Amino acid sequence: MAAPFDTPELGNVEERRIPALKVGAMAESKPYVAAAAHQEPLGFPGVLEEGWEKKAIGHMGELLSKYRSLQVFMDICVKCGACTDKCHYFLGTADPKNMPVARQDLFRSVYRRYFTPMGKIAPNLVGARDLTKDVLDEWYNYFHQCSQCRRCSVFCPYGIDTAEISMAARDIMDSIGQGQKYCNEIIGKVHKIGNNLGLPAPALLDTLEGLEEDMEAETGVAVKLPIDVHGAEVLLVTPSADFFAEPHILGLMGYAKVFHAAGVSWTLSTLASEAGNFGMFIGNYEQMRKISLRIREAALQLGVKRIIFGECGHAWRVAYSFLNTLAGPWDFLDPRYPVPQHILEFTNDLISRKGIKLDKSGNDGMVLTVHDSCNVARGARMGDTPGGQFTIPRAVIQASVPKFVDMHPDTICEKTFCCGGGGGLLTDELIELRVKGSAPRMEALKDVVEREGVTHMAAMCAICKAQFTKILPYFGHDREMVVSVHQLVSNAIILGDND
Amino acid sequence: MTIFFAILFMVATLVMVVGLGLKIAQYARTPAPLKIPTTPAPLTKPGVAFRLGREALMFESLFKGNKPLWLFAMIFHLGLAVVLIRHVRYFETSVGPLVALVQPLAQPAGLAMVAGLLLLLARRVVIERIRYITGKSDILMLVLLIAIGASGMAMKCLVHTDIVAVKAFFTGLMGFELRPLPTDPLLAVHLLLVAALMIIFPFSKLLHAPGLFFSPTRNQTDTPREHRHLCDWAAKLEEKRS
Repeated sequence: MAAPFDTPELGNVEERRIPALKVGAMAESKPYVAAAAHQEPLGFPGVLEEGWEKKAIGHMGELLSKYRSLQVFMDICVKCGACTDKCHYFLGTADPKNMPVARQDLFRSVYRRYFTPMGKIAPNLVGARDLTKDVLDEWYNYFHQCSQCRRCSVFCPYGIDTAEISMAARDIMDSIGQGQKYCNEIIGKVHKIGNNLGLPAPALLDTLEGLEEDMEAETGVAVKLPIDVHGAEVLLVTPSADFFAEPHILGLMGYAKVFHAAGVSWTLSTLASEAGNFGMFIGNYEQMRKISLRIREAALQLGVKRIIFGECGHAWRVAYSFLNTLAGPWDFLDPRYPVPQHILEFTNDLISRKGIKLDKSGNDGMVLTVHDSCNVARGARMGDTPGGQFTIPRAVIQASVPKFVDMHPDTICEKTFCCGGGGGLLTDELIELRVKGSAPRMEALKDVVEREGVTHMAAMCAICKAQFTKILPYFGHDREMVVSVHQLVSNAIILGDND
Repeated sequence: MTIFFAILFMVATLVMVVGLGLKIAQYARTPAPLKIPTTPAPLTKPGVAFRLGREALMFESLFKGNKPLWLFAMIFHLGLAVVLIRHVRYFETSVGPLVALVQPLAQPAGLAMVAGLLLLLARRVVIERIRYITGKSDILMLVLLIAIGASGMAMKCLVHTDIVAVKAFFTGLMGFELRPLPTDPLLAVHLLLVAALMIIFPFSKLLHAPGLFFSPTRNQTDTPREHRHLCDWAAKLEEKRS
């Protein structure tokens, strides 16, 4: 386990305090390295082997020729520093290597040495470095202190996205046998069992049955959680945490109630019992594609007409932005609906055309705010217009609760802070990083708790929900303060009044 | 000296044009396999052109990120733009309307450019975070630009050089004809530094100028559900798919 550490003191959100640099503050922070048993099933070398330097540079060259983002971002940074105070991990840890440009420079220094004339002729002048074991270790530690949340890219005058660089760095490390245990073990489970949690089909069926009983006992209505139903209208793909953890599971019951109340037939799938796609976190196109193709297979197998995704941030980015590329074309689905749809788009549409009815008193006493998940906010969209990813979740929450307030404008919508646990960092050995990285969000939350009496924060991402459940107590809040958006819908929806 | 500068400027022009051309070709050739615009993003191509226009002319994202830096960068770049337009007169036999228009602004623009550069340099020394990320080449680049600006301003305001002869030299050079360049040390320094800047342009962070337009987070439409985006190397993976 990690060494003891101090929970950061929260300042005033209005002051936007920028910490003085603490060089090396997080130099020792790193996740467990993947063992051969986690590496090899994904086609990666088991361990770091002789000659890795050359292999790494070769792979870097390949990525530079395959990704315009990487090639352009390597060249065009002017070191203006507009990003330096934007990363939640820098703000929370004060380690200068957590400033986005400094993180990029860990990679850029190697790029310059091997791929640019200036770096070959005058490495000292342009900060070019050989790829040594020390540099590799630094890469491993600091590219696992980036949650790929893209906040820095919003403020960069050239749109340089550190996420692209940390993905490339992780892919290079995987390709030489220096992978991260947490992500690669999980990807192995998706391939072997079907979901990130490694929940086998019989256990999943059991869980769903139990939940159906709970819902019937609570509401008196037989709300179903169908799975592997051929010919259903909708295939729902949702993060496996929705079957397992709170508050996720309360959200799952919300989806089921919405489908029930709307009278739309739907099904889950044992084959695609996971919306998450950790292939993105490790920057590996082929893994991301392979994981996505399960969803295509499940849709074909079950003969559904639509695909809807449950609440999950990075899953929605992969689904919204990449799924058509990775696993399309979707010409066998109903062309009247976007592929895929987000459950919030589905629910919001029903609310606005009165296809479902909500009673806010179901959430009496609650004052809500919302945490925009980074991947939803800056890597995807909902609805027909830019920014729908901000208005649609808010519309659904406001329809379900008596009072809603937003947090400070510098911390929401496109400027939202990561929860601190995204990008493949939601693992226990990184708890110090996760607590410190959540400080900017906690600061903005504290502000609305004190000023507006906020009691709960809604999240629309499985990772955010798990992260907040864990770190809220560090800041003196109840772990149940974080709720699923569809948990609020679930509390408010009127069932059995469908005509 | 005339021959030296004639050769230098031909080499410098060649390096800059070919180097930039190769870099731009590389950026254009390298595929962008995934849709990665930083959202909210425009849905249409005119929308993207407008977004890029705002980034290039108004530094929109930088304005969101850092107001003082935005101001310094604006002062420098606007000054530079006017100065560059103003310098076109040394390369054309009759002065065009745009050049004539900015002529009265030449001196304030030159001052703004140098002042902007000095402010940008001061940030690199004064602010701890910026000092940390600043490399030797970042300082050198600013010093080079300041020296170019200062030597130019010195000729404009203090020790005038024979600009008619300078114009004759460059218009002549453009037709591969040698005409004498005034032997003036300030002019020599100015031209030497400009040539150096041109030569390092394609190998330095000055690539941010063309690079912005190739940045996938800024130049892509947000239409992944409507249109299937598939690059060549990704399409090859599909051949194996059932």
